[in-house]
Amino acid sequence: MATTTTTVPGAGPLAGSRSFLSRLRDGDEIARLGTFLFAASVVLITILLVYELWQGSALPRHQFGFSFFRTSVWDPVFDQFGALPFIYGTLVTSALALLIAVPLGVGAAIFLAELAPLRVSDTLEFFIDLLAAIPSVIYGLLGIFIVVPLMRRVIQPQLKHYLGFLPLFQGPAFGLGFLTAGVVLAIMIIPYIISVSREILLSVPRDQREAALALGATRWESTWKVVVPFARSGIFGSVFLALARALGETMAVTMVIGNTPVISASLLSPGDSIASVIASQFKEATGELYTQSLIELGLVLFLLTFILNGLARIMIVVTSKRGTGLGQA
Amino acid sequence: MTRRLRWRKFVSAFMLSMTGVCAVVAVSVLFLILGYLIVHGGASVSWNFFTKLPAPVGEPGGGMANAIVGSAKLLMLAMLVGVPIGFLGAIYLAEFSGTATAFIVRYAADLLNGVPSIVIGIFAYSLAVLPFKHFSTFAGGFALGLMMIPITLRSTEEFLRSVPVSLREGAMALGASKWKTIVTVIVPSAYRGILTTILLAFARVAGETAPLLFTALGNRFWSPGWGQPTASLPVAIYNYAISPYEDWHRQAWAAGLVLLGLILVVNIVARGVLARGISVSRS
Amino acid sequence: MKRIVGIVLVGLGIASVLAAGSLSITGAGATFPYPMYSKWFDVYHKENPTVEINYQSIGSGGGIKQITEGTVDFGATDGPMNDDQLKTFQDKHGCAVLHFPTVLGAVVPTYNLPGVTASLNFTPQALAGIYLGKVTKWNDPLIAGANQGTSLPADDIIVVHRAESSGTTYVWTDFLSKVSEEWKTQVGKATAVKWPVGLGGQGNEGVTGTVKNTPDSIGYVELIYAESNKIPYGNVGNAAGVFVKASLAGVTAAAAGAAKAMPDDFRVSITNAPGKEAYPISSFTWLLIPARISDAAKRDALKNFLSWMLADGQNYAEALSYARLPKEVVAKEKKALAQIQ
Repeated sequence: MATTTTTVPGAGPLAGSRSFLSRLRDGDEIARLGTFLFAASVVLITILLVYELWQGSALPRHQFGFSFFRTSVWDPVFDQFGALPFIYGTLVTSALALLIAVPLGVGAAIFLAELAPLRVSDTLEFFIDLLAAIPSVIYGLLGIFIVVPLMRRVIQPQLKHYLGFLPLFQGPAFGLGFLTAGVVLAIMIIPYIISVSREILLSVPRDQREAALALGATRWESTWKVVVPFARSGIFGSVFLALARALGETMAVTMVIGNTPVISASLLSPGDSIASVIASQFKEATGELYTQSLIELGLVLFLLTFILNGLARIMIVVTSKRGTGLGQA
Repeated sequence: MTRRLRWRKFVSAFMLSMTGVCAVVAVSVLFLILGYLIVHGGASVSWNFFTKLPAPVGEPGGGMANAIVGSAKLLMLAMLVGVPIGFLGAIYLAEFSGTATAFIVRYAADLLNGVPSIVIGIFAYSLAVLPFKHFSTFAGGFALGLMMIPITLRSTEEFLRSVPVSLREGAMALGASKWKTIVTVIVPSAYRGILTTILLAFARVAGETAPLLFTALGNRFWSPGWGQPTASLPVAIYNYAISPYEDWHRQAWAAGLVLLGLILVVNIVARGVLARGISVSRS
Repeated sequence: MKRIVGIVLVGLGIASVLAAGSLSITGAGATFPYPMYSKWFDVYHKENPTVEINYQSIGSGGGIKQITEGTVDFGATDGPMNDDQLKTFQDKHGCAVLHFPTVLGAVVPTYNLPGVTASLNFTPQALAGIYLGKVTKWNDPLIAGANQGTSLPADDIIVVHRAESSGTTYVWTDFLSKVSEEWKTQVGKATAVKWPVGLGGQGNEGVTGTVKNTPDSIGYVELIYAESNKIPYGNVGNAAGVFVKASLAGVTAAAAGAAKAMPDDFRVSITNAPGKEAYPISSFTWLLIPARISDAAKRDALKNFLSWMLADGQNYAEALSYARLPKEVVAKEKKALAQIQ
C-alpha cells in the first residue's frame, strides 16, 4: 500500500542518442513497444473498472439520484433501495476501529521507533508484517468462534451493566454487531498503522530529538512534544491508509456484523456495511435495480477508498520530504 | 530533584512503558491467532483433509482436497495474469517511459491497488463470468491476477530503479543495446527484490476470499480443466465457518491453519531469507 | 523454484486429466433443501461416477438470478419464480424455465421464554402481529388467548428474522401474506423483505443461535434446525382453526390438496392449506431447469438425475426431516420431464 517511489535521478532512459534504426535492430524499439503494451494494460484495466462500475449502476443513479444516499429503506420487494444504513454501518465500524487502533498502533510505533534497540525493533516489525499478511477470512473465522462468544457472554453484558445508561450500550447482547465488527477491524488495521508510523517516526531527523533533550526535556517530552508533532501529518497519513483498509474490508466484517440494514445508536445492535452487503447479496440479488443498486454501493466504496488513499499518500510524502528527504514510507 | 521534575520523570517512564505495552499487545495478537489456529486446527488436520472430497452436508468426515488443488490452480492463473503485466509494465516504467506516461501508469496502479477486493469481485463477475455464462476457475484466477498487478508493478519498478547507474553505463559502454542491458545486467542484479515482490504478492492474494465469491463460486467435486466452478481454501473456510455443522467448523479451522501456514511460510521466505539486506516496501 | 513450478504443473495436469472424463453440472440456489440435495448428489455420483453435480447453496434468490443470467445449469428455489421473472427468462433465452418440486418442508416459529415449558399455540394473527411490531408483549391477549393456563411474562418480544435473502423467509412471508391483509400490503412476500421490526440472524443457524441465546425472543427456522438444536417450537393455527405441531405428516397433509390439483407448471403455494391435519407453514421446494438445454450430454444427465430423484431419491428424504413428494406429483413430474429438450 504504502509505496512511494524513490526516484533515482538519471536512472531513466539513456538511449536518446542512438538512431531509431539502430535501436530497432537491437530490439530496443520492439522491447519498448512490448513492455509499453503491458504497462498500458494497467491503465486500461483501471479505466474499464471505473467504466463498468459507472455503467453497471446507471439504473439506480437515474431512478434514485442523490436520494440513494439519504434513504434508509432497503426493500427488495418494492424495489426501494437506499444506501444510508450501509454507509452508516461502514462509518461506525471504521470509526470504532480507529478509536481502538490509533492509540495502540501509534503507541507501539513510538516504542519501535524511539525506544527499542534497532535489532528488537526490526524483529518486532517482522512480526507486525506477518500480522498484516493474515487474510481477512482468517480474522473472520477467529471473530465468529472467539470474539463473538466473548462479546456475547462477557464484554457486552459488562458494558450494559456499567454503561447501560448510555444509548451506546443498550439492547440485547447478541455478540454480532457494530462493536464486534469494530474490534475485529481494529485488530486488522493495527499492523498498517504501526508499520507506516514507525517508518515516518524513524525518518524524523536525529537533531530534533537531541535538541529537545539538550534543553532538559524528558525522553517522553522530546518524543511527544517534538518528534510526534514533526511526524504528525505522516501519522495522519498512516491513519487514513488504515481507514481506507477498514472501509473496504469485507470478509471479516460480513462474518461478525450481523447483516441487518439498521441505523441504531447502540453499538450492540447488529448492522451492515457496504462491503458486507455486497458480499452477502450480490450473488442472489434478483432484478436489475437490486443488482445495480449493489454495484452503485461498490462505486461509492471505490470513491471513498480512492479519496482516502490519495489523502494518505499526500500526507506521507509531505512528512517524508520534511524529514531526511529519504522518502521511505 | 524538585517535585515537578520527579513528576515529569514519572510521566516519562510511565508513558514510555505504555508504548511498550502497546507494542507487546500488538505483536502478541499474532501469537494468539497462531495459537488458536494450531489448537483448533491442528486437531482436525488429518490425512483425509488433504486427500478426500467433502462429505455431503451434515455428514461427518471428508476433506478439502479439491479446495487445495482449486486454490493452487487459481493462484497459478493469478500469477500468469499478474506477474507478466506487473513485471514487464515495471520494466517499461523504469527503463523506457517518459515522465508523463509513467505518472499515468503509476497513478492507475495505485488506484487499482486501493480498490477494495469485493469491488474487484464485482468487476471480474461482469467481465469474466457474465460474458462466458459460467462461473469458472478462469474467472477466479483473473480476479486474483488483477489484484497482483499493482503490487508487482510498483515494487518491481522500485527495485529496477535502485540498480546502480554505473552498472547500466558499464554495459552500455561495452556496446550492449538497451534491451540486452536490461536482460543481462539490470534484471539479474535486481532479481532478489523482484522475486520477493512476486512472492509477497502471491501470499497476499492466496488468502483473498471476496473476489472469489462471485467468480470461482465453489465446487463439491474436482473441477476439471479451467472452465468450471472450483472450490478454493478461502471460500471453503468462509462457507464452513458460517455453516451450522460442528464437523465443518473443525474443518474450517483446519483449512485456516493450512492457509495461514502457507501464507506465513511464503512471507518468511520472502522477507526473512530473500530480502535480507534489501528494503521491501509493504504492500 | 523452477522444479517446484514443474511439479505443481505436472500435478495439476494429472488432476485435470483424471477429472476430464466426467461430466460436470453446476447448480445453485436454495439453502433450505441443501442437506437433501447434497446427499442426493453424493449418492448419485457414487452410482454414476461419470456425473458430478456441483450444488452451491447461495440462497433461493441466487438460484433464480443465476439461472436467469445463464451462469449455472440449473437453479433451486423455495419460492416459485413470479410471472415477471419467467418472462425475463423467456426473453433472454428464448425458452421457458421449468419448476420441478423435489421434497417438502416446514418452517416453525421457535422461541426462548424462560419459565415457560408448555408448547405455545400461535394464531396466524398473533404471528403477523408480532412480526408487524403490533404485538409487543408476550402477555398480549392475541397470544395469551390461545394459551389459556400458561402464564406468560409481560416482557417485550424480541423478534428475530433472517438477515439475508432466503427461501425460509419466502415461505414465512407467503404464509403471513395469506393470513394478514396488512402484512400483504405493507411488507409482502419475497426471499428478502423490509422487516418492520426485529434483528437479523445469518442463516437458519444464525436465527437458531440468536433465539437460543436471547431470552424473550422469537424466530422462525426450518424444522430440522429446531429439532437438531433442541429448542422449543410452537403449534400454529391452520386454516381449519386447529393448532398443529410441525411434523412430516402435517406437511404431507398440507400438500394433499395441492397434489390433486397441481397446476401444469408446478408453481403452487401450500401455506395455509385446508384440512384439519395440515401444517400451515409448509412448502414444496423446486429445481429450476431450462426447457431447452443445447448440450445433449448435460440434458440427458439432468433428466436421468430427475428420474432417479423422483424414484430412489425420495427414499432419502425422511431421514433428513423432509417429507417425500405425493404420488400424484411424482407421476405428473415424470410426464413433465419430456418438456426438457
